[in-house]
Amino acid sequence: MIEFSNVTKTYNGNIGIENVSVAIEQGEFVFLVGPSGAGKSTFIKLIIKEINPESGSIKIKGREITNMPNREIPNLRRNIGMVFQDFRLLPRKTVYENVAFAMEVVHKTGRSIKRHVPQALELVGIRDKADRYPDELSAGEQQRVAIARAIINNPRMLIADEPTGNLDPETAWEIMSLLNEINRKGTTIVMVTHSKDIVDRMGKRVIAIDNGHIVRDDVGAYSAGPDDEQQTEYTGGLMD
Amino acid sequence: MLKSLGYSIRQGFRQIFRNRTMSIASCFSITAMLLILGIFFILLINVNMVAETVKGDYDTIEVFMLDKTEKEDTLAIMDELQTVDGVSSVTYRTKKEALEILRDRWGDQSYLLDNLAENPLPNSIVIKITDLSKAEKVADRAKSYDGIEKVNYYKDTVDKIMKVTNFIQYAALIIMAFLIIVSIVVVSNTVKLTVHARGDEISIMKYVGATNWFIRGPFLFEGMFIGIISAAVSVGVIAILYARLVDMIGEDILVMLSTPMVDESFLVKNLIIIFVALGVSIGTCGSIISMRRFLDV
Repeated sequence: MIEFSNVTKTYNGNIGIENVSVAIEQGEFVFLVGPSGAGKSTFIKLIIKEINPESGSIKIKGREITNMPNREIPNLRRNIGMVFQDFRLLPRKTVYENVAFAMEVVHKTGRSIKRHVPQALELVGIRDKADRYPDELSAGEQQRVAIARAIINNPRMLIADEPTGNLDPETAWEIMSLLNEINRKGTTIVMVTHSKDIVDRMGKRVIAIDNGHIVRDDVGAYSAGPDDEQQTEYTGGLMD
Repeated sequence: MLKSLGYSIRQGFRQIFRNRTMSIASCFSITAMLLILGIFFILLINVNMVAETVKGDYDTIEVFMLDKTEKEDTLAIMDELQTVDGVSSVTYRTKKEALEILRDRWGDQSYLLDNLAENPLPNSIVIKITDLSKAEKVADRAKSYDGIEKVNYYKDTVDKIMKVTNFIQYAALIIMAFLIIVSIVVVSNTVKLTVHARGDEISIMKYVGATNWFIRGPFLFEGMFIGIISAAVSVGVIAILYARLVDMIGEDILVMLSTPMVDESFLVKNLIIIFVALGVSIGTCGSIISMRRFLDV
């Protein structure tokens, strides 16, 4: 599904990631952990081709993307749902419109939009808030909208960049169980997090990045990581 | 394809309404530019008209005959003149015809000519020349005949007028081109603000896989609509002002100057075409320029 081979990306001489090789299979749930500036964001930006590596090969669904022409980037991204720590909802659109927007963007018909948006809102549990604006919702509800938007076009993969970073623990768990459910339906999930608690309790594969290198890649608890002393629970608000 | 065109148009409209202040600001700046352009355009076409009228009037040489000159002699002179190089046609104009022409030209004021005891105008030979530069030679030749009172031709006047009108035309064109560039810059700055205000929206669009054209579409139509609205406003304003101007200058003066002003309906028809084309291209160019950077994600 995602295959990095010897990928290096530097920023003006500073290492983003260096010589990274890793493979993530279809249907996996993977946590991406590591201190700020370790290269997690670089990793994600490479997957959605927001940036290009200096060397190495990146394959998404078997397709090499490092030499993919720019005009095909939109197609690549349509197969990848994105969820962010700060939700990134459009403030002047209602919940319904925010989700429908993701379908309009990929030229779905009005009928298909009318059918699928309520289903997605139902799935994330905020169908009753369809006509509200984002600022009328709690943080947890806003993240649900963002997830609904991310999955509305049935992407094969969902990338969540600290989706629980701005949420209180209880809401964070609601979001995690939602992501888990989406994963059970077959969507690959790559989630960046600083939350030791979540990683420990989910018991999924953990890829730890530090200083541009993968320092750990196995299933288990966060605390097995190399620099857990730097991590505190819910370092929400800290961005990479 | 059609579907996303419809989407772009709808969104373009929505964006105009959602960003009313910005849209109005853009409209104002384009309208201001178009108004100034319009003034130069009016100047330009009127100068053109004068130039054409002058050329039409002055590519002729009038040979005024003495009253005592016999018609046969005149006809003989005409036959000879016909063969001179640079002459395209030679016609005889009786004093009666000359008066009629004057009456026509004076129009409503022609009653002033009614009380003349006798027709003061002479018979004349009207020589049309092929080329203004040959006017002098032809005139010299005409002067050499007997029975001629006076030869009228206007080489110097024509040259001067041509020089002046040419200058005015070029100057107006340069100023207009300059104004167009300025307005594109102004609009692109205004649109840049709108685009900037929607940077989040654009980045989200990119994340969910919108193509660049899909993102551009609404902005293009937004620019286009703003252009059309501005064009409509400026054509309206200019039409009204021009009508007032023509009124103020008044028929009388124009008749005396014997140069007409360009007809208002002609002006408006042309202005609509030019302004809509300009407004639309200024609007869309502005959007394209201001969006380039934002699509670089």
